[in-house]
Amino acid sequence: MNKNIKAIISDPMVDNNPITKQVLGICSALAVTVKMEQAVVMSLALAFVLVCSNIIISLLRKSIPGKIRIIVQLTVIASLVILIDELLKAYLYDISKQLSVFVALIITNCIIMGRAEAFAMQNNIKDAMYDGLGNAAGYGSVLIIVSIFRELLGSGTLFNYSVIPSSIYLENGGWYVNNGLMLLAPGAFIILGLIVWAQRSYTKYVED
Amino acid sequence: MQHNNFYTFRFISIITLVASLLLALASTQLKELQEFNIDLDKKKNILKCIGIDVATMTPDMIIDEYESNISNIPLNANGDVVTNIENKNLKSVQNKSTGQINYYIDNVQYFPAYKASNPESFIIPIAGKGLWSTLFGYFALEKDLNTVKGISFYKHGETPGLGGEVEKKWFQDNFIGKKIFNSSGELVSITVVKGKASDLLSSNALIHGVDGISGATITSRGVSEFLKNDLLRYEPYIKRNRSN
Repeated sequence: MNKNIKAIISDPMVDNNPITKQVLGICSALAVTVKMEQAVVMSLALAFVLVCSNIIISLLRKSIPGKIRIIVQLTVIASLVILIDELLKAYLYDISKQLSVFVALIITNCIIMGRAEAFAMQNNIKDAMYDGLGNAAGYGSVLIIVSIFRELLGSGTLFNYSVIPSSIYLENGGWYVNNGLMLLAPGAFIILGLIVWAQRSYTKYVED
Repeated sequence: MQHNNFYTFRFISIITLVASLLLALASTQLKELQEFNIDLDKKKNILKCIGIDVATMTPDMIIDEYESNISNIPLNANGDVVTNIENKNLKSVQNKSTGQINYYIDNVQYFPAYKASNPESFIIPIAGKGLWSTLFGYFALEKDLNTVKGISFYKHGETPGLGGEVEKKWFQDNFIGKKIFNSSGELVSITVVKGKASDLLSSNALIHGVDGISGATITSRGVSEFLKNDLLRYEPYIKRNRSN
């Protein structure tokens, strides 16, 4: 049992990572990784929605009529997303403004629908919860790794704290310039591509 | 597993009812906090457009600074200051086609404005359509009522990275020091050009133009248009009080 739970959590972290292996949830991984702060809040928001939706769907799985199961899943997911969006607007207004539409777009995040349909509909509540946690961690870890590179190379900061000494910047007589490309979407594609490459050469996974 | 239609209807009715009740509850409970945040954000942007660094200030500091520095000066259609009303009591009605906001009390139109004492400046709210959405912000003039002190946007739904750049420092900084009146005293406002202003405009026109946002021509054009329209509404007051 314990081994099973461990597998449920660790599998989506590396071997079956939703972003790097299944290439799901790419839109938000590209959009909200300019700053670590945004990536962390986004990951937590997604974790909340994913864990709760997995639990609720698993709880209802025996009574959901098969014909309308996707509609029921979407209703649950959409309600949770609106809830987290309202909470962010009330307690983390500035970050919620920066995340703009991307919190609302969690509704269409394939990871959540995918886990609801593929896992929560067939498994008990406890396993569904761990599956949600594992997938959220898999998603969040990639988001945070991408955002570390983008914020560090693009703005020279981490969590908004300057980490690159200001004396080496070109405008202060040094030689260093922040890489503006990292702040734009292509920067995210490049970093994400490198992570997918590294991860796949480690797991020896080859696409058919 | 197969269920009959009655079961399906009953099931989805219960689910939607529970979901909507929960969301209604959350929305009413959080409303007060959200409105406080929105109000704080407006104050922050008023301070930001007169060049105060708000990034490091706590909410309490922002409210203190706002209360000690900013005063209301609602104007009537002739550009006279009306003393018996406050900006926040004005009822705002949006013009659906241009996005411009009109303000009324009992069907009489007023024009809200703010005055800052340090640095001395005159601030107006601006609003209008970009590409996808209405942009809302503030625009400040120095005490000569000709030189731009700053501009800020607190709400918009433009594409991040394209039209969304209006909220970025580089775009807003370009406005600082520009003039809204030309040499013959006509209110020409500030134009956001398509491309780099210094390459496109003559040295005379450069003082009334700023760099555009690449990939956001329609947003840029929208900003030029609504900024001018909003400024024209305050022209009576500005003309009377400006120094040359």
